[in-house]
Amino acid sequence: MSPSTTAFFVLAVFGTSAVEMVEALTIVLAAGVTRGWRPAIEGASAAVALLAVAVVLVGEPLVHDVPIDVLRVVVGAVLLNLGLAWLQKAVLRASGHKARHDEDAIFAEETARLRVDPAARPRHDVVGFSVAFKGVLLEGVEVVLVVIGFGTSYHRLGLAAAVAGAAAVVVAVAGALVARQLSNVPENTIKLTVGVMLVSFGTFWVGEGAGVRWPGSDAALPLLVGVFAAAALVLSVWMRSLLPSGGPARGRPVAGSPATAEEGVGA
Amino acid sequence: MKRALYAAGRGLWEFVVGESPATFVATLVIVGLAFALGGHGWVAAVVLPLLVIVTLAGGVYLGRRRTAEGNPG
Repeated sequence: MSPSTTAFFVLAVFGTSAVEMVEALTIVLAAGVTRGWRPAIEGASAAVALLAVAVVLVGEPLVHDVPIDVLRVVVGAVLLNLGLAWLQKAVLRASGHKARHDEDAIFAEETARLRVDPAARPRHDVVGFSVAFKGVLLEGVEVVLVVIGFGTSYHRLGLAAAVAGAAAVVVAVAGALVARQLSNVPENTIKLTVGVMLVSFGTFWVGEGAGVRWPGSDAALPLLVGVFAAAALVLSVWMRSLLPSGGPARGRPVAGSPATAEEGVGA
Repeated sequence: MKRALYAAGRGLWEFVVGESPATFVATLVIVGLAFALGGHGWVAAVVLPLLVIVTLAGGVYLGRRRTAEGNPG
């Protein structure tokens, strides 16, 4: 991998993991505050362990047994689909046509739903465990997909897993420091950036796997990133000009929580 | 077993296709065209990114219409 490809590789995996982990952390914090920290941390840890096992069980055989061109077309198509969905929503949010994620509102909604009298809380709270487990597992599926996709396509599964793990640690530490101020995270900007990365890698790999000769080989990747970033910005400006006179979309914040899951591909 | 398979299939469908089946279909078209144009030198390197941008613009436009009609999608 060239240095620029490595940089995009790390940025894409780190960004995707960080965004999904912020959403998972909201659920874990809500479960911890309302149902106790022990079941919440146990549930989150169990889900992380399961996701790590999935990376090893699925990723390793893919690296060794599937031809690289087949892998790149399939992984590229999945990333392209995922990236386009992320990018479309990020552009709609950036231009004011769609309400932005409000992690504080999601947190408040989750805590209201889960709150129970501490005296009546069971010693082994299955609800707290399962909410945290489900939250981390469902948000983590996309992370696993990206880790396996990037890791297998460049035969760098270890690097991709390490970057995703680093993102999880950074988000967990940041979450502990800022407590419930998750709304301060510029989530839509990160999603826009990551969406551009996923679409760029997806297009590049689909082409490579299908026999397209990209000008400059790996050097075409930064060019694709630039072209798609410019397209997303132009679309955001154009969409903002089409905004009705009433102003940007408001109303109920879009919940990315699996407990209120309604978003489909990529929140 | 049957219920578990149904749930897994439904989960996979929601994850891959979700609320934007048009994007999913467009992705399949892009993959098909990549194979069709694979042997045509630089043409594919120009056409594929353009198609992706058209898909993005179309998805954003449809998404705007959905939100304008009151379905936040």
